[in-house]
Amino acid sequence: MAALIHQILSGLAMGSIYACVALAVVMIYQATHLVNFAQGEMAMFSTYIAWALINAGVPYWGAFFLTIIFSFVLGMAIERLIIRQFDGAPVLTVVIVFIGLLVIINSLAGFLFSYTIKSFDSPFPETMSFGRGYISPHELGSIGVVLVVLALVYAFFRFTPLGLAMRAAAQNPVSARLVGIRVHRMLAIGWGLAAAIGAVAGMMAAPIVYLDPNMMLGILLYGFAAALLGGIDNPWGAALGGFIVGVLENVAGAYLVGEEIKLTVALAIIIGVLVAKPSGLFSRAIVTRV
Amino acid sequence: MLNLELASSAEATSGAGFNARRAAMVVLGLIVVGLPFGLSGFRVFQLSQVIIYAIALLGLNLLTGFNGQISLGHGAFFAIGGYSMAILSAKFGVSYWFAIPVAGFLCFGAGFLFGFPALRLGGLYLALATFALALAVPQLLKFKPFDPWTGGVQGLLLSKPAAPLGLPLTRDQWLYFLCLLGAALLFWFSSNLVKSRIGRAMIAIRDHPIAAETMGVDLALVKTTTFGLSAAYVGVAGALSGLTVGFVNPDSFGLFLSLSIVVGIVVGGLGSIWGMVVGALFIEFVPNYADQISDVLGEGAKALPWAIYGVLLILIMYAAPEGAAGAGRSLARHGRRFLPRRESPSRGT
Amino acid sequence: MWSRRTFLKASAATAAALASRPAFAANAPGVTDTEIKIGQTMPYSGPASAYGTIGRSEAAYFKMINEQGGVNGRKINLISLDDGYSPPKTVEQTRKLVEQEQVAFIFNSLGTPPNTAIRDYLNDNKVPQLFVATGASKFGDYKRYPWTMGWQPNYRTEGAVFAKHILSSKPNAKIGILYQNDDFGKDYLDSVKETLGDKAASMIVKEVSYEVSEPTVDSQVITLQGSGADTFIIAATPKFAAQALRKAYDTGWKPLEYLTDVSLSIGAVLKPAGLEKCVGTLTANYGKDSTDPKWKDDPGMNAWREFMAKYMPSGDVTDNFNVYGYGVAATLVQVLKQCGADLSRERIMKEAANLKDLELPTLLPGIKINTSPTNYYPIRQMQLERFNGTTWELFGEVLSG
Repeated sequence: MAALIHQILSGLAMGSIYACVALAVVMIYQATHLVNFAQGEMAMFSTYIAWALINAGVPYWGAFFLTIIFSFVLGMAIERLIIRQFDGAPVLTVVIVFIGLLVIINSLAGFLFSYTIKSFDSPFPETMSFGRGYISPHELGSIGVVLVVLALVYAFFRFTPLGLAMRAAAQNPVSARLVGIRVHRMLAIGWGLAAAIGAVAGMMAAPIVYLDPNMMLGILLYGFAAALLGGIDNPWGAALGGFIVGVLENVAGAYLVGEEIKLTVALAIIIGVLVAKPSGLFSRAIVTRV
Repeated sequence: MLNLELASSAEATSGAGFNARRAAMVVLGLIVVGLPFGLSGFRVFQLSQVIIYAIALLGLNLLTGFNGQISLGHGAFFAIGGYSMAILSAKFGVSYWFAIPVAGFLCFGAGFLFGFPALRLGGLYLALATFALALAVPQLLKFKPFDPWTGGVQGLLLSKPAAPLGLPLTRDQWLYFLCLLGAALLFWFSSNLVKSRIGRAMIAIRDHPIAAETMGVDLALVKTTTFGLSAAYVGVAGALSGLTVGFVNPDSFGLFLSLSIVVGIVVGGLGSIWGMVVGALFIEFVPNYADQISDVLGEGAKALPWAIYGVLLILIMYAAPEGAAGAGRSLARHGRRFLPRRESPSRGT
Repeated sequence: MWSRRTFLKASAATAAALASRPAFAANAPGVTDTEIKIGQTMPYSGPASAYGTIGRSEAAYFKMINEQGGVNGRKINLISLDDGYSPPKTVEQTRKLVEQEQVAFIFNSLGTPPNTAIRDYLNDNKVPQLFVATGASKFGDYKRYPWTMGWQPNYRTEGAVFAKHILSSKPNAKIGILYQNDDFGKDYLDSVKETLGDKAASMIVKEVSYEVSEPTVDSQVITLQGSGADTFIIAATPKFAAQALRKAYDTGWKPLEYLTDVSLSIGAVLKPAGLEKCVGTLTANYGKDSTDPKWKDDPGMNAWREFMAKYMPSGDVTDNFNVYGYGVAATLVQVLKQCGADLSRERIMKEAANLKDLELPTLLPGIKINTSPTNYYPIRQMQLERFNGTTWELFGEVLSG
């Protein structure tokens, strides 16, 4: 029983990372109706920037917010300089561009920072008085940080004019332009925000999984799965999806099928759910216009 | 999102142009048949790989280019094909003449079955589901209970067949012709298929599923069959790959293989048949060139072949967003000053 | 690629290419009066690119040797090609090296699956496949594959060393094993089981695997802890080993830990895990860890550090792969020196199987390289070490697998 509780808590901790990646996926999907395969690598690169800043003596929270700003700018720059060139290109062409970005960033990070793992500071204390052995302060802290990010994303789309404009620009660019929304700017901001959220995911993940160029490859897959499972148009659903995937992965591996094929089983379950409920667990039904 | 013109230039040309075209085809055919006699064994092996990739690309293109279903996981069927070949020949002593079609049929079955959940999943969801498939299959190949057949993490070795009937060919040359034979049959079949009733139904589903259904197309049947057929092509490619490489292992069929196949069809051109040859040349040779370029960059630059590959990929997508086939079409059109430049199709899933 | 020129040139050469195999020369292809051309494949791209630095450090080592005048007056020219850790690509690139680049032999190509894929081809063509960069035990079968030789102690040796140590020092141990789900991890698992023999079933209380694509092994460690194991064997690569060591400590589980030598780097594994969390961990080792303070003033490691500074300034000095590359390249230079003027493939293989008590500056004191026509495992010795919080302390005697 103790082990089961432990597995669930550990799953929730990793789930918070998946949730954060899922939020980045939702953000970029809301802004562009695309899914960015290079999202994870961008997050990994941002985390290296934070690492370099901390190593240069910048205090943690300073580095944290500088990295978020840097990532926002980087995301906007990638949209402006690269993605915009493919405006109007077929979807798969854009997917290939994402794959190109993925391998470029991965390989550059290895070249610049080498492949040996780096430990990454946590802003949270090393030990705490309760939950000893079951959950570390960092794990608890990252769950908290992700909930904050979730609330911000939700509020952004729900309550700010910018969020509304962004959703409009993605859903119907032509009409949005007609009512005076600057669609291109919305795309760039969407990319920037997604990169910033991804950076948070990276900085929360690195103390758990260690910083290395391949850090986000596995996490990204689970993040995608989480976003689709929860509903890609719904921040709450996507975040919840993250926690579900984290717990499911651990419980399946430890109790149901063994570690050797847990990935396969976890993915099969997710696909099974999607087959039953194609637009995700917590999403509005998709209506196709004929 | 995808466009409908299939080999439009072929249909447009006629008369004298047709004869010139036929002559060109004959010359090309002679070159393709003659090549293995003029090249080293290594080059012949490389060309066999190109042919194998071309078959796999054609298979995925039937699904994605002609039927509009995205798959990021066709490496899984490549693996199933390769392992079917290896298990049949290494464990049961079955002749490759028999094993290759069996690999195709097995993959047809696997693809057909996977086609059912795929029916319920559109766009992104299907992309994720197939991506998951690409990750799951290598893991299943290592799964302990299957070890007696799959060889587990160690994989299986195959012996390369010698040419039959005492033909004076090296093993490399014989395998090249075997791949060529397979490719010729499969290319011939699919170029007829896409012009047939079923082919038109496939395309109609891609362009407007609801309208197609209203017109009496059995959506489910056509989509699942296409999935099966596509998987069968890739399975045959996998079987041929296992045979020419002489070794199958879970690491031979990683995620990068699945992504390469997707890269190949986009570079070649969605909805194009002969473009797949260009796509195959791309995924076979461009990574090697990226490696060579990174060598030229000097000290420590060996770290960067992947970055160079990525840059090349993005540049090519920029120059030819619709792949080689698209570039070919617009070149032909510009050359003839026949039509104004076609509007880019709009983005959307 | 498909230009007419290439084609014409090729057809002109048809007869020659088909009919004539090069006459049996005294020297291997790729050997001239001034140069020895050798080849290898390395994963410079793809998910295994962390290993690429091995190829780079070897190239740097040969550059140093060449500046010092080469081997018997010949310079070593290493052609290192990217295979992305994909066996079909390894086959292609290796054939390119042998058939087109005409290399004398293949040196230290990386990975078990890639080397398995090319082993038959190289042996059929009598091309030496020297010092493969993998610890899989199958690369040392001198009877079936007389042209293929390993270098580092194989994974089975180390698994057996651990199992023997457990049997002698803690016979009632309850063992939990974490292993990577590939040939590396499974070789460990199998050798531990084999060495424990009848006792394996009762002593091993839990074995769990992980995939390299997984983000963490936290869940696996919790499972092992829950199994009641008091001894923890970690057959994991550096990132996952660090995660396992840390998690085992953080959960309050205090098992006796055995760590594979693949992950013994203090700088790249133990420090990220937290040095205080790794006190008491055991490993079996054969080489010097570049980040262990004990070797700070060691002449052998100082030579390595000078080499890094001069020939590989961009290289990571906390990365033990660079020490590995240096050691294996030095071994090759010794083989070529022993060949003298005769650089036929037969002679190269013969001298590779004729290394006698070779000591390298990067190997632990007392560890010697020995090969013979019936021993294709150059390094068979290891010594147990225990981590004391700052450095690895050697104990016991040098063990042979």
